[in-house]
Amino acid sequence: MLLSSLVAQASPLSEQQVQQLQGLVSQLNPIQQAWVSGYLAASAQLGGAQTAAPAAAAASSASLTIVYGSQTGNARHVAEALASLAKAKNIAAKVIDLADYKSSQLKNEQYLIIVTSTYGEGEPPENAVSFYNFLFSKKAPKVPQLKFAVLGLGDTSYEFFCKTAADFDERLAELGGQRLQARSDLDVDYDAAADSWNNALINVVEPEFARAPSAQVINWPGQAAPVAASQYNKQQPFAAELYTNQKITGRDSAKDVRHIEISLEGSGLTYLPGDALGVYFENDPVIVTELLSLTGLEGTAQVNLANQSLSLTDALTSQLELTQSYPAFVEKYAAASGNDALQQLATDKTALRSYLAVRQIIDIVREYPVTSTSISAQQLVDALRKQQPRLYSIASSQAEVEQEVHLTVAVVRYDAFGQPHVGGASGYLAERLAEGDRIKVFVEQNNNFRLPANDDTPVIMIGPGTGIAPFRAFLQERDARGASGKNWLFFGNPHFTQDFLYQTELQGYLKQGLLSKLDVAFSRDSAEKVYVQHKLRKHAAELFQWLEQGAHVYICGDANRMAKDVHQALLDIVQQQGGKSAEQAQLYLDELRVAKRYQKDVY
Amino acid sequence: MSQYPIKPELQVSGKLSDNERLKAESDHLRGTIKQDLDDEITGGFNGDNFMLVRFHGMYQQDDRDIRAERAAQKLEPLHNVMLRARMPGGIITPKQWLAIDQFAAEKTLYGSIRLTTRQTFQFHGVLKPHIKPMHQFLNSIGIDSIATAGDVNRNVLCTSNPVESVLHQQAYQWAVKISEHLLPKTRAYAEIWLDEEKVETTETEPVLGENYLPRKFKTTVVIPPHNDIDVHANDLNFVAIAENGKLIGFNVLVGGGLAMTFGDTSTYPRKAEALGFISLEHTLKVAEHVVTVQRDYGDRVNRKNAKTKYTIDRIGVDTFKAEVEQRVGVPFSPARPFEFTSRGDRFGWVAGIDGKHHLTLFIENGRVLDFPGKPLKTGLAAIASVHQGDFRMTANQNLIIAGVPAEQKALIEQLARDHGLIDESHSEQRKNSMACVSFPTCPLAMAEAERYLPELVTKVESLLAKHQLADDHIVLRVTGCPNGCGRAMLAEVGLVGRAPGKYNVYLGGNKIGTRIPKLYLDNVGESQILSELDNLIGRWATERNSGECFGDFVIRTGVVAEVKVSKTDFHA
Repeated sequence: MLLSSLVAQASPLSEQQVQQLQGLVSQLNPIQQAWVSGYLAASAQLGGAQTAAPAAAAASSASLTIVYGSQTGNARHVAEALASLAKAKNIAAKVIDLADYKSSQLKNEQYLIIVTSTYGEGEPPENAVSFYNFLFSKKAPKVPQLKFAVLGLGDTSYEFFCKTAADFDERLAELGGQRLQARSDLDVDYDAAADSWNNALINVVEPEFARAPSAQVINWPGQAAPVAASQYNKQQPFAAELYTNQKITGRDSAKDVRHIEISLEGSGLTYLPGDALGVYFENDPVIVTELLSLTGLEGTAQVNLANQSLSLTDALTSQLELTQSYPAFVEKYAAASGNDALQQLATDKTALRSYLAVRQIIDIVREYPVTSTSISAQQLVDALRKQQPRLYSIASSQAEVEQEVHLTVAVVRYDAFGQPHVGGASGYLAERLAEGDRIKVFVEQNNNFRLPANDDTPVIMIGPGTGIAPFRAFLQERDARGASGKNWLFFGNPHFTQDFLYQTELQGYLKQGLLSKLDVAFSRDSAEKVYVQHKLRKHAAELFQWLEQGAHVYICGDANRMAKDVHQALLDIVQQQGGKSAEQAQLYLDELRVAKRYQKDVY
Repeated sequence: MSQYPIKPELQVSGKLSDNERLKAESDHLRGTIKQDLDDEITGGFNGDNFMLVRFHGMYQQDDRDIRAERAAQKLEPLHNVMLRARMPGGIITPKQWLAIDQFAAEKTLYGSIRLTTRQTFQFHGVLKPHIKPMHQFLNSIGIDSIATAGDVNRNVLCTSNPVESVLHQQAYQWAVKISEHLLPKTRAYAEIWLDEEKVETTETEPVLGENYLPRKFKTTVVIPPHNDIDVHANDLNFVAIAENGKLIGFNVLVGGGLAMTFGDTSTYPRKAEALGFISLEHTLKVAEHVVTVQRDYGDRVNRKNAKTKYTIDRIGVDTFKAEVEQRVGVPFSPARPFEFTSRGDRFGWVAGIDGKHHLTLFIENGRVLDFPGKPLKTGLAAIASVHQGDFRMTANQNLIIAGVPAEQKALIEQLARDHGLIDESHSEQRKNSMACVSFPTCPLAMAEAERYLPELVTKVESLLAKHQLADDHIVLRVTGCPNGCGRAMLAEVGLVGRAPGKYNVYLGGNKIGTRIPKLYLDNVGESQILSELDNLIGRWATERNSGECFGDFVIRTGVVAEVKVSKTDFHA
């Protein structure tokens, strides 16, 4: 009997087992099939103790495959929380970074849960790109066996809110998968909603796993979390001492970039080059005071936030988001303040987005002030969303700085509507925090931005602006390890004299030979703007040679323009230098990505 | 290396200084400057190139005011170059002026044109990407900066005497010829900056030598009785001797120089002394061989003793003279009598014997820039756009609008007044005070000079006024280090920087610049300087002989001893 025509009714196997068997065998060559048949026969003769199980337990051999597409770690956290819930219910679950997920596995997958963010103009996060491309390619298999669910994380301020989640959701259905539960698209303040979505999902799948003998949560493929156990994390950040706040752009620079050094001493927190540091901040007291004054509310008024009672001032200062604005605030605030014009604006999504793009919360309230008769302290608090910590790519290696962590922070500062504006976290770090003060931090690991395990492997780093941060960490690490692989850094910024971040350090690395090559692009120093991608193209032949020698390529910095321009430059270089077609060049980079030789940390 | 037999007993033996190595290895001043221009990681020059660019007329500098700040910012110093143009005699056309005016505004960090004590202009704060375009731009207007620094003969000065226009024209022509004759022959400048092809010939330096000179070398042409170019600050001086208003030859003075090193008594400022008179036809030959004798016998072991003045003191002026005579093939005649009567510039209008008019403008510190209420730079550009004659930069950092026809006088004067270029409130004291550039650009600066001078002058003015001497003046000069750019070692009161706010005070030079002053106060601050000057000016006011200048007074009354022979007297 041919396996392809095997049906459950004609065999002692359940329908699901038949599918599994078909799936397995389809991957085996004749020799492997022969070996498996012998193995199973022998196993059965020994009594089948290890493998024999009632047919009804078939589902127990399945597990929840939870994958995440994550730029900042949020989706990973939600995925891990889901796995923990599963474990508590004895449901086997494994959490897989989408960058590590084998696309060929999809046709055999039974339960697939996708938690994903979206970035830029509706694109998948970097670690999900390969899977996304596969899913939308002709190679994508029909998945009638698949039960799935998708959870989107996003920010309603963006036009393409949760687009990647929607894409996955629709595509899997199109390919024949069945939804375990409806997709949810969650805004920045996602914690509670994610919990309930996860719980609901577990309730749905639990019956299918009811008889599972044992369950385990597997972090797969096990590369994750070398981070030593620390009691501090995103939920319980460590109050770390700020050691150094040093401006590293020149006095005539249009940019204010700070080199920040923070002590992790006593925290037990560790990190690897490539990781990010999460930072909680306090809002500017001047803005808090003005907000109170504009709303006519008393700072001492008690409000409720996440089941805690605290003063309005405290809530506004350290719990709520005041710098980044978002549609939900306008909707709730407009309703509470009864302002018609604002309510009108809230209904036009496109207009609202462009209105919000250039405004902080305070700008909206300045423009549409209210009196205490039309908004209560609690209403204001309910209109605002919880502060999200900001993530900064770590600019140091513990191999060099030990208990410290360094950041490269561009201070967001601009004038608008006749008023100076400062970024929330960057303003806090740069202006309001004194050296010696404490700041709440946690480590956010990023396994998709890692140095090659082999120290001999050449490394190409492309990091204009503050994108240089992780490469400072890389260089420190390679230096401390005595790594013999070549290192090539591309850096760019507006002006050579003012904006050459870490110039003297890089000069030292060049002199000592740690940096094999350093190419810089200062866009505003010549009539024609020169960017890093131009420098890449200038060195196309050598760059391709490095790639052929097995170099890893890293990009860090601006996602919207730089990373795309650099990607295009790489495609062109591979095409021209490798004598390839556009499709072959694309494939070449895709393969680099899959091999983790092409990694991005872009924002 | 010399075509003349070398007398080893006249040479200094020992391990050559590192500068000799770098010149020898430089491939006739090329080094790896070209590669450095393509190095985008630093704004400076690497290794030997740092020194070699000097031979091309540039100094690598940085903004010293913000050096520490930038170090904390993990940024290298704000490297840039200062360019010193080669302008023998300091004559520049209005068209050239307009061009450099624009370049200074657009391509330099400080936006200024600096008129310097070397009778030329400098650009300060040129960033690396602008350096090569700068040379090409200068070349397009007929200006270069070859050998205005480094161990070569530098820009040749010539008295700015617009009145004796015929004599001046002749002397000026000689300044140009001497400058050309003593230029390096290497094509390095043309290749590096002007992209000219490398010519496959065996390059030699018949005059300067393959290793160039032991140290910098300065030459002037002076027209007595005016000593505006300060002969005693220079290695080689041609003193114009005229008969019936016509140039017939030169007295040759050698061995002047003002630089010294603190704490090293083997170094000292020294006056030039006469070798004798030569007729015109021997001028270039004599210039060449004063240079070759210094080339062959100057100290190449100890750079601090490498200048011509020390060579002469070491081998003796008679030996030096005999060597020059032997090489020229003509003996010196006895020096002709001449007299210096003045050193400062004659401000305001003068009429030349050719019927043209000349307006000398006082430019404080030589700094051509638009100041609040005094748009000097704009004013000079406005004048340049209508002026039909030329401009003459003086060795006192001032500017002459020369060759103005009578019908344009009123227009030029109006423009000058409208832009603050004529300011009757400037005292004689201010017009006779001078400082070098110093902070923030000069890497050698130990104390403020140019930025300090205006307020110092104001304080000295009030001391003079206090003692009823407001119309009198003292030649006052401030220099930021002992290298002598501000020529404080020929001042009646000379301040030489020791450390921020601290100076050595030297007294006893004279009005005409023929006496070296002597140390009076060592490493002191302003309050002590002013209280001592108050006391001395008070004494001068009451005890002076009729018309006696301050420098003469302090010598006569024994406030300081006279420096007659520098080698023995200066440190005594």
